[in-house]
Amino acid sequence: MSNAIGNFASGLDDRLTIASWSRRNIRKVFPEHWSFMFGEMALYAFITVLLSGIYLTLFFKPSMTEVLYDGSYVPLKGVHMSEAYASTLDISFDVRGGLLLRQIHHWAALLFVAAMSVHLVRVFVTGAFRKPREINWMIGLGLLMMGFLAGFSGYSLPDDLLSGTGLRIAEGIMLSIPVIGTYLSFFLFDGEFPGDEFISRLYGIHILLIPGVILALITAHLLIVWYQKHTQYPGKGKTNDNVVGYPVMPIYAAKAGGFFFVVFGVIVAIAGVITINPIWGYGPYMPDQITAGSQPDWYMGWLEGALRIMPNWETVAWGHTISWNVFIPAAVLMGIVFTLLGAYPWLERWATPGDQTKDHNLLDRPRNAPTRTALATGSLTFYFLMLIAGGNDIIASQLDMSINAITWVVRIGIFVIPPFVFWITRRICLSLQRKDRDLLLHGVETGTMMRLPHGEFEEVHAPLSEEAKAVILSKETIEPIPYPEKTDANGVKTPHYHLKKMQAAVSHWLYRDAVPLPSAAELEAAEHHILESAEKGAPVMHQMRQLEAEGGVMHDPSAAEADRAAGVTVPHLDAEFDQKAEDEKGQQAD
Amino acid sequence: MSQIENQEHSSEYAPVPIPHSEVRRSDVSPKQAKYQQRLISLLFGLSMLCAVIFVVAYVQIPIDETVSIPFLGTWSKMNTILGLSFGLGSFFIGAGVIQWAKQLMSHREMVQDRHPLRSPDDAREDAIAQFQQGAQESTFATQPILRRSLIGAMALFPIPLVMLLRDLGPLPGDKLFNTMWRPGMRVVMDVTSAPIRPSDIPIGGIVSAMPDGLPEVQEHDGNLNERAKSVVLLVRLNPDDIVSQQNPEGEASWDYEGVLCFSKICPHVGCPIALYEQRTHHLLCPCHQSTFDLADSGRVVFGPAARDLPQLPITVDKDGYIIARNGFAEPVGPSFWERA
Ligand code: HEM
Ligand code: FES
Repeated sequence: MSNAIGNFASGLDDRLTIASWSRRNIRKVFPEHWSFMFGEMALYAFITVLLSGIYLTLFFKPSMTEVLYDGSYVPLKGVHMSEAYASTLDISFDVRGGLLLRQIHHWAALLFVAAMSVHLVRVFVTGAFRKPREINWMIGLGLLMMGFLAGFSGYSLPDDLLSGTGLRIAEGIMLSIPVIGTYLSFFLFDGEFPGDEFISRLYGIHILLIPGVILALITAHLLIVWYQKHTQYPGKGKTNDNVVGYPVMPIYAAKAGGFFFVVFGVIVAIAGVITINPIWGYGPYMPDQITAGSQPDWYMGWLEGALRIMPNWETVAWGHTISWNVFIPAAVLMGIVFTLLGAYPWLERWATPGDQTKDHNLLDRPRNAPTRTALATGSLTFYFLMLIAGGNDIIASQLDMSINAITWVVRIGIFVIPPFVFWITRRICLSLQRKDRDLLLHGVETGTMMRLPHGEFEEVHAPLSEEAKAVILSKETIEPIPYPEKTDANGVKTPHYHLKKMQAAVSHWLYRDAVPLPSAAELEAAEHHILESAEKGAPVMHQMRQLEAEGGVMHDPSAAEADRAAGVTVPHLDAEFDQKAEDEKGQQAD
Repeated sequence: MSQIENQEHSSEYAPVPIPHSEVRRSDVSPKQAKYQQRLISLLFGLSMLCAVIFVVAYVQIPIDETVSIPFLGTWSKMNTILGLSFGLGSFFIGAGVIQWAKQLMSHREMVQDRHPLRSPDDAREDAIAQFQQGAQESTFATQPILRRSLIGAMALFPIPLVMLLRDLGPLPGDKLFNTMWRPGMRVVMDVTSAPIRPSDIPIGGIVSAMPDGLPEVQEHDGNLNERAKSVVLLVRLNPDDIVSQQNPEGEASWDYEGVLCFSKICPHVGCPIALYEQRTHHLLCPCHQSTFDLADSGRVVFGPAARDLPQLPITVDKDGYIIARNGFAEPVGPSFWERA
């Protein structure tokens, strides 16, 4: 190590003990898989949002004071508008690169929430939320919620017609909250909607409060990942007690660092060519104006959909009004969804035998947890139906359908389609498990038939690769918790009988029907059998390969002789390949 | 390129490489390694070029010039070139580094042990014992009076924090119940403030309108609050088509010769309503598609809105201009708890 760096590091160690920390972490191993990239992507999108946001603060004026627009966007010259809107126009048309930064900020925000959402689904279907990682699951949910708020508060800032409409809806939703709604709204808006304070209040929340919370949560999230070590997918040599992958320095650091530049680059390039939120086209916010087909950012779409398909129930009693039609889809639904998400790891743990103490560092293959996977697909179906409902006017006009019809399809659909998808997914998972079992027992079908001496045809089976075998054998066969007896043999009542019955019921719901792995004896017998088949089939396989190489024509050996005599050469890939390898070896030796 | 012999460093903390059957082409073929080296440095070179393009574009391209991009439409030229050069400049760095890691850095899988997260039992016991020692020394348990009064103080302590929020806004009072509409107030054109005669609106026509003097009220209040609740729509129907209106039984109907006046603010969550279908006299809110039948008391015929669109009783003054006969009989806009 060069002297200057060495001295610096030594000085740091004198003061901060960094060597002891570094020796344990510089070569820390991280497992690798494409599905692990979504969390990283969310992180990089967030960094992009932070950097571009700081730039925007240099020019944006969070004020609802009315001004006369005098910038270079001609169609709005001389129009009265808020300073917020005017300054956003200035960023877009009078600051070089300002439009780009606005677009980067917005695209990165969209990607931030999208990557978090996919990351959440990945974590769910692979069971990465299980002990000891429940805390990170909760932090992740907090981050997702903060992402919604950050995005919504952001696109409400420019005070254009679309953002104002979004705020109006938000205020209507606040008013629907029983008892405190009106007060909440009056305090936030300094009186009635829209007031003249809201943008500047939202600004502080958007650029300081929410990013601060997100930053703190992300820091905790990453520290915990680092400390607990990443989960890994099953495979050869991978156990619950080791980590197989690449060391942070150099591979993981290089790949992760490189990936930041890729994510950032893609966001910026997209921001260069694809318009997002062209606020100049909407005009300044006026509470009595609206554009048809107004849509929120995608992550708000499902709530918008819920708001649209909710039946118009309202209760008036004892001089008060409760707007179920607004309160349920806009507030209660979100509460239920996040409560269920937050409760799930604890519920699964409670209903899994022996799961109180065990750490789970090997991920589940989704097929091996059929009920959990089916819950994911069922919930996603529910979510997408809501999204569809959120775009019902656009779908109606594009497909020339009636909004009425779409609304009814979704209203009924959310009760019918997700359970159906749940059921189908479970089916698929179980049949994949059966397929895995067959692979273990019979090996891989090669598709090659051989004729046995007594004339019967049989397919040649090849043994599974070690890797494939390890992956399949990673499955844990879990016996559901048995139903309790009401009284024991001596007639003594089982304590907490009903709770235990519920626990057993949930456990059966999660783990019934699992296809058990073959026993050790069965496996051994199968292995023997497969090897035998492969051995017997080897000459046939060899011939087949030759055949493929020669264009699938079965040659009589004498015909081949004749060919050679006539100077016809038959391409032989194996030989070609061997030759290439020889060449390269030769060059290497030079 | 000289093949660097990897000297294995091992310590109790270093991960162990696992024997690897996968051999990269660049490991065995110097030609391939050389090719990768060129490719990666080319990527870095392109990135530098992008930075130069960015600077040139920033200085040279007029900010208001546009380009036409297939499928994407006409669009700011500066934004396009700045975005592509900056974005690709970053992308090339990332791609180069990742390629470097994949092709030329030592790429052996390694294995490391996990250690149980749970502390050893003696550590737990020790921690508990120390905590108990601390707790005992604190006298928290043996001083019930101090403990309870401290809890009391801590419970009251946040009160100022909550109190400080009081001036965020005024109390609602009856603000949501009232608009500026008063008996005799003219219903004037939105934007121009011109008074309106029934004959100005053709049968089947619809106009956006507001109370006379709204701009002044806005100016005085310094906000758009009044506009957000008092704007209205005037529609003119064939009087025979009108099925019902919101006037209480026994009272004269609230239209004037087929001209009806409705609040423009959706009773769902408050969007202004804009889409009118003349044939069915249905008014559709673009936000969540609540649909109101204007010929039938502004009744909700579809969608999530729970209440009919409030109607404003109108007549004409001595000059023949449309005026309000009264204010709205009910609060306009979204429902709220205090509303009966
Ligand atoms: C935490 C994640 C964040 C998200 C998801 C987010 C999202 C958004 C969105 C969607 C917009 C609307 C942009 C538009 O189309 O005009 C916006 C505006 C804005 N954001 Fe953020 N933002 C975040 C963090 C930040 C931070 C950290 C800052 C500054 C330190 C910031 C500063 C701004 C400013 C000044 C605007 C208004 C300027 C404009 O609209 O052009 N944001 N934000
Ligand atoms: S605001 Fe009109 S339907 Fe929702």
